[in-house]
Amino acid sequence: MSETSKAEYRGGMHQRQKALMLDWYARLDEGARTGSPPAVSLMISGNCVELLEAFGAVPIYPEINALQLAIRHQSLEPILAAEEMGYAADNCAYVKADIGAMLKGITPTGGKLPKPTLVFCNFVGCNTYIKWFEHLAEFQNAPLFMLDVPFLRGDEPSKEDIAYVIQQMHELIKKLEELTGRKFDYDRFREAVRCSSQVEESWSRIKRLAQRSPSPFDAYFDAITLMGPLYVHRARPEGVEFFELALREMEEKVARGEGVYDQERFRLVMEGPPPYPFFRAFRDMFAKWKACAVASTYSTVGGLWEFGFRHDPDHPFESVAMHMLQHNVVNRNYLQRYEQIRRYIEEWNAHGLIIHFVKSCRLFSAGQGDMRDYFTRKLGIPTLYLESDLADPRYFSEAQIKNRMDAFFEGLEHSQAAGSLRAGAA
Amino acid sequence: MAQEIERTFERFSEILQDLTFTEVRRWKEEHPGKKSIAYFPVYAPLEIIHACGMLPVGLNGAGDRLDIQYADARFGSFICSIVKTTMEMGMTGHLDVFDGMLFSSICDSARNLCFVFKRNFPQMYVDFLHLPHNPSTSAAADFLESEYRRLQRELEKLGNCEMSPEGLHRAIVLYNQNRTLLQQLYALRAERPELLRTSELYAAMRAGNFVPVETHNAWLEEVLAGVNLRAGKRRDSIRVVIEGSFCEQPPLDLIRLIEEAGCYVVDDDFILGRRWFTEDVPVDGDPLRALAESYVNRAVYSSVRHDWRNPRHKALLEKVKRTGAEAVILLIAKFCEPAYFDYVLFKKELEGAGIPHLLLEFEEKAFTFDRLRTEVETFVESLLFV
Ligand code: SF4
Ligand code: SF4
Repeated sequence: MSETSKAEYRGGMHQRQKALMLDWYARLDEGARTGSPPAVSLMISGNCVELLEAFGAVPIYPEINALQLAIRHQSLEPILAAEEMGYAADNCAYVKADIGAMLKGITPTGGKLPKPTLVFCNFVGCNTYIKWFEHLAEFQNAPLFMLDVPFLRGDEPSKEDIAYVIQQMHELIKKLEELTGRKFDYDRFREAVRCSSQVEESWSRIKRLAQRSPSPFDAYFDAITLMGPLYVHRARPEGVEFFELALREMEEKVARGEGVYDQERFRLVMEGPPPYPFFRAFRDMFAKWKACAVASTYSTVGGLWEFGFRHDPDHPFESVAMHMLQHNVVNRNYLQRYEQIRRYIEEWNAHGLIIHFVKSCRLFSAGQGDMRDYFTRKLGIPTLYLESDLADPRYFSEAQIKNRMDAFFEGLEHSQAAGSLRAGAA
Repeated sequence: MAQEIERTFERFSEILQDLTFTEVRRWKEEHPGKKSIAYFPVYAPLEIIHACGMLPVGLNGAGDRLDIQYADARFGSFICSIVKTTMEMGMTGHLDVFDGMLFSSICDSARNLCFVFKRNFPQMYVDFLHLPHNPSTSAAADFLESEYRRLQRELEKLGNCEMSPEGLHRAIVLYNQNRTLLQQLYALRAERPELLRTSELYAAMRAGNFVPVETHNAWLEEVLAGVNLRAGKRRDSIRVVIEGSFCEQPPLDLIRLIEEAGCYVVDDDFILGRRWFTEDVPVDGDPLRALAESYVNRAVYSSVRHDWRNPRHKALLEKVKRTGAEAVILLIAKFCEPAYFDYVLFKKELEGAGIPHLLLEFEEKAFTFDRLRTEVETFVESLLFV
């Protein structure tokens, strides 16, 4: 049994997680075969899936397709197919995996994906989203709706930012009414927003449990297991029930004093997406050192809730707009990300920071050298900088990454022995 | 006169290569206490800066004139050159002459650069403009107007001044003139390419990034008058549209090379922000509104401006037809993701219409082009001698 297999917790929530994801794929497959439920493509980050829920529409997440292909070692073929049609070696590999798979008819489960009733680009931060969704609309001959979310230039959105987003939400509703022939159901919308707020509450509490030592779960590797249901079922009762179960199981682990590792040695904050094609190999490199991620920025792509924000069923439109504008890592500016990481290190008592530079994703990666400079020089936090990719297996050099990780942990070990390693030290 | 115009073009190319920003320094000496505001490509509402009594300056990287010593440690692999050279200019004090720096929502790299600038150069006013990506909604112009108002307030604070609507009107008139002059030069080049080389037009246009618009207008008038006196001789060349250099700029030598290899460039997207509108910005009504509304409804297509009402690949095809071009050169900066993505649909569209095209990748910091020369020559030959 490898260190990773020992570290991986297998509780009831994992069965449930699998079932929920299969359930989603089954709904997509049904949509593909019968035309109902209507399916809408959208992005994960800071989205308004609550609005779709009000129409009984099922979300298609191209990012999840790409992720699933990558983690199942199926991404290279579609990536090559996409490059064949003109995508560059240096375009985001998520886009290439998704579009290549679409054109070749590859799906992660082998089931069918429906043609979207609407390609709905919730443009939150990443400019690649726009290109990706324009291409999806073009290649599938489907209508495109762009919801432009102003980037967070300062600490908070202005009232004009909020008004702009809300007006576009109303236009989206009109468009969906037109395309689905269904009426917008306001009560269902509020209900969806209420579900989201409950999911967010449980999810935040789970994340806060990682402040304990030992941490009951890995906020990078295990968080990804939870992210599936979070994105697909956030606005549904199934999601609420799932996250209550997950919270309960995690609390039980804490009560039993059980951590990811029997003896947790290092606590880390992770920045950047994981290398999905080498997910397990990467995790092994942490497990070897009993190093646990206690917080990660990647797990806040869909939403940043651990600092208190919740959707609000009493103000559904406003809170959905605020979620899109302010409460996800993608639409927050780069310096706000520094601050988020700094808080993680302090409040989650971490020993160090790992920056995983992903060549595909300039949203995450452009400027990570400056980030490293800030954390090492300005704050004196041990920081390791690694480079690979999130979906393209050609950019992962296992031996090199492993060597650098080992050297990093050896360094931490020495500081620990010398008594100079302080958790949460800044 | 003919010699004079040659000298003028030489001067323009000196100005655009001058990393000490002599023209900007001179302006600041002549206008004590006044501010200069640089902007990263592609577009910025220069009229607002001008109307605040400030000098807007278009930055386009440092080309091959600056060794990257520090910026690589901030922006690692897979990032375009202009982001790095701009960072390097900042870290080596080249940008000290500027009081502020504007960025906008063109791509992820440039956006993160904005905030890295904020952290590294706290003495500078650094701001990010969100230029809307959904022009289909009537709310876009309202939003952009508010964004411009915010910029106005920030500039007023910085300059301790007040911008008047009349001042903004005057600025719009001046920049409308500027755009008209540039359009006239573009039209002249398309019609009589033997009179005005693209490298010359480019230098004349880009030199305007460093001087007040009034001065630039005078220069452009001079150029118009001067080139009309030339007696050029037509060469065997193919008519091409260049697309993809909207942000990072190809080295001047590369532009020359393309021409020498036998291309008459009939349209291009160099320094596109200076030619952003398809019509004059209206001078009646509220001027901020007019600027915002023009951005949303009367702007040129570009890989950094998204408007699905008129998709860019269709617009490129339109342009090819309108200009009677025989081919398209997709001249793309290395690691420029917006250009890479758009290439896919451009290619599909051009192939569908049977229009030959050539993809060339460049870096602004490159200075040898042997491989590119061969590629262009082969391409031209394949079209000339069929
Ligand atoms: S660039 Fe990054 S955030 Fe954007 S689509 Fe690709 S992986 Fe996602
Ligand atoms: S050259 Fe392209 S990638 Fe680089 S900053 Fe400009 S638009 Fe962005």
